[in-house]
Amino acid sequence: MINTTATIAGVHFKNPIVMASGTFGFGREYGKLYNVSLLGGISGKGLTLHAKAGNPGVRVYETASGMLNSVGLENPGVEAFLAKELPYWETLDTARIVNLGGNTLADYVLGAELIQRDADARLLRGKPAVDMIELNISCPNVKEGGIAFGVKTPAALEVVRAVRAATRLPLAVKLSPNAEDIAEMAEMCEAEGADAVSLINTISGMKIDVRRRRSVFNNLYAGLSGPAIKPVALRMVHQVSKRVSIPVIGMGGITSATDIIEFIMAGATVIQVGTYNFMNLRAGSTLVEELQQFMAEENISSLDEIRGIV
Amino acid sequence: MATVISNERLGDGVYHLVVEGGNGGAMGQFYMLRAWGAYPLLSRPLSIHQVNDSGVDFLYHVVGEGTEILAGLKPGDKLELEGPFGTGFPHVEGKVALVGGGIGIAPLYYCAQELPESDIYLGFSREPFRTEAFRPLAAELTVDVGGHILDSVDFTAYDHIFVCGPHPMLKAAQLKGIAAETAGKRPDVYLSLENRMACGIGACLVCSVSCKDGQRKACADGPVFLAGEVLFHD
Repeated sequence: MINTTATIAGVHFKNPIVMASGTFGFGREYGKLYNVSLLGGISGKGLTLHAKAGNPGVRVYETASGMLNSVGLENPGVEAFLAKELPYWETLDTARIVNLGGNTLADYVLGAELIQRDADARLLRGKPAVDMIELNISCPNVKEGGIAFGVKTPAALEVVRAVRAATRLPLAVKLSPNAEDIAEMAEMCEAEGADAVSLINTISGMKIDVRRRRSVFNNLYAGLSGPAIKPVALRMVHQVSKRVSIPVIGMGGITSATDIIEFIMAGATVIQVGTYNFMNLRAGSTLVEELQQFMAEENISSLDEIRGIV
Repeated sequence: MATVISNERLGDGVYHLVVEGGNGGAMGQFYMLRAWGAYPLLSRPLSIHQVNDSGVDFLYHVVGEGTEILAGLKPGDKLELEGPFGTGFPHVEGKVALVGGGIGIAPLYYCAQELPESDIYLGFSREPFRTEAFRPLAAELTVDVGGHILDSVDFTAYDHIFVCGPHPMLKAAQLKGIAAETAGKRPDVYLSLENRMACGIGACLVCSVSCKDGQRKACADGPVFLAGEVLFHD
């Protein structure tokens, strides 16, 4: 019997395969293509306190083995999410993670408070439909907030501290590869009471349209994701997992079972799959199957056997 | 997995791809196509040109690496098809004009089959293609090369006008719809938008369209929108 389970702050993951924020909506669309309850977890589309229209102009551009995106956190806002999406999340048997962003410190705190209040109310009626908050302090595509909090350690810590005080839900902090020192940032997040760190978010990148002599993106820069960033992500997961004692949620360009195993060997407890969802709309179910098969072939009976062995 | 039946070059960079496979679909809907491994990263959205007995036809223009690979497909080659996706053109009653610009004629062939007796307007900047296939399906066929096909369409003469083509043409069609309304006629003008997409199913928000009631998704809420709903920024 192969054991693919993992636990983070009491949250059970039936397997280490979690769909990454921004690539999976709230799961509904993929739910029409396969049973998303097969997954270890879902991190929903990044939410801000109020609805956000996102960035105008080109929002995606392919690169060598990667993709630049400039969606700019288009989302319905926390309240609309709680009202319209949570009833669907209640039907799912997978770890449900709210990805929370913000423009200001107050936005983060108010957003976390709304989620906590909803969880408390649902607890009285049955059980909450949110298992964890993933704090996004690392979106490179919004002018205010986002990465402004994720690069400078003191700014990041202020957000983590304030949100930690606003919610009792398990809290993961999603870190930016653009941070001045990602391992130090992770250590400080742990010290502030984070239950886990997720890394990496997209890497800030650029594409110039040479005929028009301008960046293809209205915001000049965009976030690079996909297989192109995997070596960087893997190195950072390895570095961070050696420095913190809280679980690391690893992500960046994962497209196969061997990629997952690499991240687990580098020290990740669970992993997230992002851009691969666009390359293969059934990425989740494909990977769940491939991972079982690979572990059987390699005689790995539990991910605990190989976690952090490198 | 779908299989290529034929992939005929119709003209300068324009191909007609016939495949066995897929799940049918409605006029104006599209499929995500992939005939390669990890690179290019994204699948390519192509609208349904027609639904045939055993699969689907596509008409496409080579614009980048993905469509370049598609152009190289031979009969018997395999490709992945996901779909049909999107909200297409409605089934309507009354007098209908189908107006296509360049490769924008692709979804209109299926419309012409579904809505016989439509007037069809096809515009091309250079070499025309597939026009003779449209002829038997049209009440009247107008073909324009090098001009502006919309100049040939009297928007006050129709109940419904379906338009697909480059962005400036869609914007011009929107303005013509408004002008017709001012003249006391109210044609329903539907525009099929072509946006960059990543997932094709409404999850990634890459293909967002600014509409009067907020952001909509070209892939799931569209690609067909009522002209009056869309806000063109450029």
